Amino acid sequence: MALIWVIEDKCTGCGLCVKKCPFGAIEIVEKVAVIDESKCTLCKACVETCRSEAIALSPEAEAMQEKPSVDLNAYRGVWIFAEQRNGRLSSVAYELLGVGRTLSDDLDVALTAVLFGSGMEEAAGALVARGADRVLWVDEPELRTFHDDSYAQVFEELIREEKPEIVLAGATAVGRSFIPKVAAKLETGLTADCTELAIDREKRLLVQTRPAFGGNIMATILCPNRRPQMATVRHKVMQEAEALEGRKGEIVRRKAKPESLLSRTSLIEFIEELEETINIVDADVIVSGGRGLGKPENFALIRELALVLEGAVGASRAAVDEGWIPYSHQVGQTGKTVSPKLYIACGISGAIQHLVGMRSSDVIVAINKDPEAPIFDVATFGIVGDLFEVVPALVRKLKG
Amino acid sequence: MAQHFLTEEQEMIRDLARQIAQEKIVPMRAELDEQEEFPWEIMKLLAESDLFRIWIPEEYGGLGEGIFGLCLAMEELSRACAGVAVSYAGSALGGTPILLYGTEEQKQKYLPQLASGERLGAFALTEANAGSDVAGMQATARKVDDGYVLNGTKQWITNGGEAEIYTVFTITDRNRGARGSTAFIMEKGMEGFSFGKKEKKLGIRTSSTRELVFQDCFVPTAQRLGREGMGFIVAMKTFDQSRPGIGAQSVGIAQGALDEAIQFARERHQFGKTISSFQAVQHMLADMATEIEAARALVYYAARLVDSGDRSASKIAAMAKVFPSDMAMRVTTNAVQIMGGSGYMREYPVEKMMRDAKITQIYEGTNQIMRNVIAGNLIKEAAAL
Amino acid sequence: MNIVVCIKQVPGTAEVRIHSETHTLIRDGVESMVTVFTMGPPQAEAALREAVSYGVDEVVLVSDRALVGSDTLATAYAIAKGIAKIGAYDLILCGKQAIDGDTAQVGPEVAERLGIPFVAWVRKVEEVGDGKIRVQRMMDDGYEVIEMPLPALITVVKEINEPRLASLKGKLRAKKLEIPMWSAEDIGVEEDQVGLKGSPTQVMRIFSPEPRGAGERLEGEAEEVAQRLAERLKVMGFV
Repeated sequence: MALIWVIEDKCTGCGLCVKKCPFGAIEIVEKVAVIDESKCTLCKACVETCRSEAIALSPEAEAMQEKPSVDLNAYRGVWIFAEQRNGRLSSVAYELLGVGRTLSDDLDVALTAVLFGSGMEEAAGALVARGADRVLWVDEPELRTFHDDSYAQVFEELIREEKPEIVLAGATAVGRSFIPKVAAKLETGLTADCTELAIDREKRLLVQTRPAFGGNIMATILCPNRRPQMATVRHKVMQEAEALEGRKGEIVRRKAKPESLLSRTSLIEFIEELEETINIVDADVIVSGGRGLGKPENFALIRELALVLEGAVGASRAAVDEGWIPYSHQVGQTGKTVSPKLYIACGISGAIQHLVGMRSSDVIVAINKDPEAPIFDVATFGIVGDLFEVVPALVRKLKG
Repeated sequence: MAQHFLTEEQEMIRDLARQIAQEKIVPMRAELDEQEEFPWEIMKLLAESDLFRIWIPEEYGGLGEGIFGLCLAMEELSRACAGVAVSYAGSALGGTPILLYGTEEQKQKYLPQLASGERLGAFALTEANAGSDVAGMQATARKVDDGYVLNGTKQWITNGGEAEIYTVFTITDRNRGARGSTAFIMEKGMEGFSFGKKEKKLGIRTSSTRELVFQDCFVPTAQRLGREGMGFIVAMKTFDQSRPGIGAQSVGIAQGALDEAIQFARERHQFGKTISSFQAVQHMLADMATEIEAARALVYYAARLVDSGDRSASKIAAMAKVFPSDMAMRVTTNAVQIMGGSGYMREYPVEKMMRDAKITQIYEGTNQIMRNVIAGNLIKEAAAL
Repeated sequence: MNIVVCIKQVPGTAEVRIHSETHTLIRDGVESMVTVFTMGPPQAEAALREAVSYGVDEVVLVSDRALVGSDTLATAYAIAKGIAKIGAYDLILCGKQAIDGDTAQVGPEVAERLGIPFVAWVRKVEEVGDGKIRVQRMMDDGYEVIEMPLPALITVVKEINEPRLASLKGKLRAKKLEIPMWSAEDIGVEEDQVGLKGSPTQVMRIFSPEPRGAGERLEGEAEEVAQRLAERLKVMGFV
């Protein structure tokens, strides 16, 4: 027996459900909607949108819908994870405070920043100044260094104890590594790499929007029945919270259970690898080079422009695959996703895999000799020309 | 596609060889040609992909796809680079005498190594004064207790120095002429076995061509291939197996050149039109394509005949070498002609293809010798009627 | 050593057919058995056959209507159950993220479900053996060398390996191989923990991103366009 069906007498063939279906599972055949069950996920978007009540779900399908498994009202408050590396706060923490403040104001709850590691007094103060009502600081030297096990364990225990309704972390190398483990421990929902967050006040839900399918599609995701609602947030997309002199907040210094600090992984060494000191994930300005550079030596042009703009050097997959520059500089689907204020693409045609990794940049400049290059479709400023002429000229003008 | 009625396995061979050729060999071929360096990296890829296993029977770690399977791979590899292809096929040429005349022990020892590609093979017949005239051979093997002592020099040996397993032809009894020749399986590293310098060639430059030098090189009797005095037969029977492979190489080279010429003709504008719109060019392309198809059909027929064990294979195998190689020379020359100045430049691959094509008319029996073989068989057949 | 590789068959993208590019990662040098595991519609069998042609030893497909609509938590739960059914394993490899969902969450969640140590973004396996593995983890500013005991799960980045070519033996085997297909019941998942019902997150809406809109074209001589662009960038405060 079908799990979902169209009541043909009621269906007007208006096509509203076709538009609404997130999974392309419905089509109109001879003026009647037809649902392809192999594509349907029983999300009920069509049921809710149908004006003629022509779509029905079987009792089994209704039973398959998730029901709240916890007391949702027991969870209150918005948390952000304030990531630090070597004792220095990552700027993503300020971005999370920015968006976290808005969310907590909408919900009328406190905003808590969670901080790990010893010797973080100054950081804790900075978090208060930038909008945290409370800083939950687990002051343990073991937590100065990131380990998946200890971070996940300690964070899980805090969440179980204090029951926040929303937990946000940066979609960074660290956040995207251990936060999924926390979500799995808590058996709750986690939405990856969000670029937009809002509150549905009526239902008291976090509305999370993220790109999928290589950025060709945006998906809005809810976690209605479990708590906390967890999301990682794309770096550089949210506005940083401004510091406010004299802002008050509570700093709660905590210890962790000794056994929670144990990790099965051990860090043998860290090797810094970037040619340039600014890494592309943290940079506000990125100048990227691609196949159009022709040879590795020509990255000097890119470096020079990056230097003038105090930016980082990025690269397309083509340039990395040619061995012109290390992989850590690669922007795109198989490299890093960046979202700087200014992105300058030189000699990069703009394959979809590259666009995915940089299209959320504020201002995009494209310099390419092929006027048909897809990079121009996303460029704020497009220059059709020879990068070997344009880039040096630009360096001179910016210096002058 | 019912083209040439390939089995699924044969299609797999063709498709995989084509993929490797296009993805891995094409990007490197100009550099390999220029540097004249042996393509070890590609040989390793071919080994990993089991291409060295094709012609070897399953009981020796092969795939049992015979000479026809080998020809399909040869054609695709040659379409990208004939130098890589001959390095690949040189190993099969060195191994074929072992498969045909080796003892069970010799087969068990050497064929799996050749099949996995962990060691390459080579075939050493030619000498300074013995090319087409095999009987003029100077290298000797003198019988001693438990074995033989080899002395002499082999010339222009494909895979020389790179291969580890060599089938070497010597004279054991000068008084018996061709009947006084004996073959041995020699290994790189044997005492008294060394290599001369790498030769500089017109084409197939990535392949290694060297002298093999034997100075009082002792070899145990167990390394003798076939009976004493059977060397000439071993060599000739091997050529019957290998000549369709040279035909396949020729078809591949020609196909590669035609592909380039067509693409160029469709893009190159003269007098306001693409040159592919000129009938002079069209007719050249038509003739090239027709000749390639004719050669391909002949090669496939010959390879299948050889695999079937048919006794008339010798004549057909010679035909499947002489016609495709002459054809490849014509087609590559015409590809250069169609592409004009561009064709003559090293920036495009057709001048290399033309240089590479020339060797197919020369090695494994010159095309003049091929015609002797064909005619000899024709007359013999007529006499038998 | 027993190695399990998780792959996902994804809808057509420009160049990658199977996301995890690493089927044969540490085979060389270590006597090992590689099993490729996937969960998806029955058509995902094609991806497994391709994996066999690259030389993996075993493949497993978990496919069941009951699993449709699973989010990362439910997917990870089912994969963990499936891997547990495979039996003994020393190392589990997953790609850093599938290129359709881009979540990068399934790997760490599977590790958590299986209770084994985990390292993300691995770009190189330095050493494996003696019950330990030493890997390089990509960080934003360099890499960390990390050691952990086996069994363990790592998610790997593109740099880990060049995909090898298929082999003829592999292709022949792939053609003939009977691919085991396990149902939800076979792997013993609780019905309310998979599919829509077992998925805490729900997709409310899917839409096309706002086009960035064609920007401004700056045309002319290099000097001139550079001048104009420099002015814009200065006005915007980038200099």
